[in-house]
Amino acid sequence: MANEYILEMKDITKVYPNGVIANKDVDLSLKYNEIHAILGENGAGKSTLMKILFGSEQATEGKIYLQGEEVVFNDSLHAIQNGIGMVHQHFMLDPELTVTENIILGMEPKKGLSLDYKKARQLVADAAKKYNFNVRPGQKVSDLSVGQKQKVEILKALTRGAKILILDEPTAVLTPQETEELFIQLKQLRDDGHTIVFISHKLNEVKEICTRGTVLRSGVGMGSYDLSNVTIEELSRLMVGRDVVREVEKTKAEPQEVALKVNHLTVLDDELNVAVNDVSFNVRKGQIIGVAGVEGNGQRELIDSITGLDETYEGTIYLNGTELMRKNGTKQRRDLSMKHIPEDRNTLGVMPDASITENLIALNYDKDSFNKGMLMDSSVIQNFSDSLIDKYQVKTDSSDTAVRMLSGGNVQKVVAAREMEGEVELLVADQPTRGIDIGAASFIHDQLIGMRKDGAAIILVSADINEVLAVSDSIVVFYEGEITAYFDDASTCDEEILGRYMLGLEQMSKEEMMEVNH
Amino acid sequence: MDVLNLLTDSNFWFGVLRSTTPVLFAALASLMSSISGITNMALEGAMLFAALFAVIGSALTGNIWIGLLFAVIVSVVVTLALGFFKMRLKADEIMVAIAINLLATGGTVFILYLITGNKSTSSSLPSGVFPALNIPLIENIPFIGNVVSGHNILVYVAFLSVIVVYYLLYRTALGLRIRSIGGNEEAAESVGVSVEKTRYTALLISGILTGLSGAYLSMGYLSIFTAGMTAGRGYIALAASFVGGTNPFGTMLASGLFGLFDQLGNQLQSISNTPQEFIFMIPYLATVIMYTVFAYRRSTRQQRANKKLMKQREAEAQ
Repeated sequence: MANEYILEMKDITKVYPNGVIANKDVDLSLKYNEIHAILGENGAGKSTLMKILFGSEQATEGKIYLQGEEVVFNDSLHAIQNGIGMVHQHFMLDPELTVTENIILGMEPKKGLSLDYKKARQLVADAAKKYNFNVRPGQKVSDLSVGQKQKVEILKALTRGAKILILDEPTAVLTPQETEELFIQLKQLRDDGHTIVFISHKLNEVKEICTRGTVLRSGVGMGSYDLSNVTIEELSRLMVGRDVVREVEKTKAEPQEVALKVNHLTVLDDELNVAVNDVSFNVRKGQIIGVAGVEGNGQRELIDSITGLDETYEGTIYLNGTELMRKNGTKQRRDLSMKHIPEDRNTLGVMPDASITENLIALNYDKDSFNKGMLMDSSVIQNFSDSLIDKYQVKTDSSDTAVRMLSGGNVQKVVAAREMEGEVELLVADQPTRGIDIGAASFIHDQLIGMRKDGAAIILVSADINEVLAVSDSIVVFYEGEITAYFDDASTCDEEILGRYMLGLEQMSKEEMMEVNH
Repeated sequence: MDVLNLLTDSNFWFGVLRSTTPVLFAALASLMSSISGITNMALEGAMLFAALFAVIGSALTGNIWIGLLFAVIVSVVVTLALGFFKMRLKADEIMVAIAINLLATGGTVFILYLITGNKSTSSSLPSGVFPALNIPLIENIPFIGNVVSGHNILVYVAFLSVIVVYYLLYRTALGLRIRSIGGNEEAAESVGVSVEKTRYTALLISGILTGLSGAYLSMGYLSIFTAGMTAGRGYIALAASFVGGTNPFGTMLASGLFGLFDQLGNQLQSISNTPQEFIFMIPYLATVIMYTVFAYRRSTRQQRANKKLMKQREAEAQ
């Protein structure tokens, strides 16, 4: 019987050695030439299912049929050989190598003993042309934008003969315009005979580009649907089991005096390129400033300078009138009640081997309130820790559990709890809700708005434009190390407008941005 | 004779090349392993074992080339052991390297004593020396001929190795794979490059180079094995390869600098009244200084770039 499906996964169950059930009896069938969505919240088991399909993990139970025949993928190489390609959320690229080297790695064309670089470059150039991808074969990957890196990843899969292409949350790192471009290319690939699996939790996008979708909730398949027959509300109910479409509720901002003053800041990155170019702006008490921009446009260096992690910046930064120092900068900033939720929680946010309690008191373990004479006051500390764990809904058996045992979302809650409690003059919140579920994210949003009401100045950096738009009072846009737009009232702005500035298609004049220094 | 005379003496520069050779081999060995993502600090120990076994092999068989083979095999075994401990047993590579190096210090003396009854040198073993090579035409050029021609054959092999390593790393598929596992292990794994296999291959090459280095010490630089004869050259090579960056030609320049200071120390011994102990310090002191300068320049490059940028802006403003 001719099969209508190119690929079927049946009754897939995955139990991890630690007893966590990531998938339970999940079915997935992909038709030829379709863009199929996998929908689900963080931790719903989408990635596990895809890893099983791509061979990087093995199912505990269940079978996979490729064009009607049962297959077993022991590793990803095996899956690649069977025409399955995957673009991971964290790109599988070596930044030190060129585009060509990354693409041909593992299937290098040879001439005698040598690698045939000429042929390799030609191969990549031809593929780029064929699929209409704008990448230069000789460029070093570390010089590429995120969107370009993604294209290299897609090309890598295609040149290996991928018929089924898995994209793991491909739009999470893209601007609206880059997303548009990606969608055009994906549709092209579909029409050329490829089948695409599109993992996302952005329902609007899924509706726009996918024909069918499979929903996962807590590792269980909630069925596959023809997307033209279901509404976004129905999908979101399937994903979370309740209606979640909610706006962030906030009152109008009442900015007071200037808290943070950034004056002619210039920062060079590790390659000595100008990453932040003569930037000045103010953040007032009672104001949330959102920083929007495509990754790698100077936000990283800006945040590192403000928080004192980078000591090499030029220019001056003041917090409540005190000039911030470069040497031992973090200590001074902490003493001035600057708080920081760092982007990379595992390296900068927590001590993974220390307990939850120890992580929670890391900012004020040496304060009188936590000490009794020479010793630490364990009962006060215990109460403090328990109350934060309760308030921030950290899921754990005990406050003595090492932080590295927690899931990513719970680690984030520990960081947020430590940084948002107590006295806050300035909070630098860098991707504060990355990797946590919708419920916890809206709790953090409410906290941010509550703190702002209490007079804290807040800088919010997020890769999620919707988060920036929903939470911020004002927005600055970073493009190539400069502020190219300033919106005093964030509600006058939308995704579309923001995207144009983020891509550098438009730029405000100095006069239009006068208020950034108000 | 003062230092200036020294620098215009072709014998001095001949000596520089001699002194550079063992460090160059070992620094290339370090480059091979570090670019694949593993720090090979066991160089020192592997080199010492190789130096001893070169002499033993040569004395046992009466054939210097079998001596060389002995050296390479023992060094490869030691270097692969480092990889085994690191990759299979998940041990810390520095800890394993320290163990190997301490084992080599004691182990070589032990073996030497078992074979010769002497704890410090192998002078009773009839081992050979690799032949010297006169390069036709070049040997007739004044000064340069004296510097470049007439070296032990391994000296030429060392400098040829620079080109071989460069070709291997930057012109072959294996080289690309070796660089890729050092850069992003997961990415390489995901396209079917075996990290373990590739890293063992890199270590194999590293081991061969280390073996050549050891063999040169006991059958070229000197004609006997003496206890502890590597005298920290493995560590110096490690520093040289870090100063040299990821390019074998950079490694060569950094090794050459060490060779220069080593030779300077050797020559000053005979012409100066400075205590010998101080003169022996020179190459090591030079390494510390070289590495400090290198590290300082690297750490302040940002400030220097900042200053340059600010000056540029001022100039533009005027």
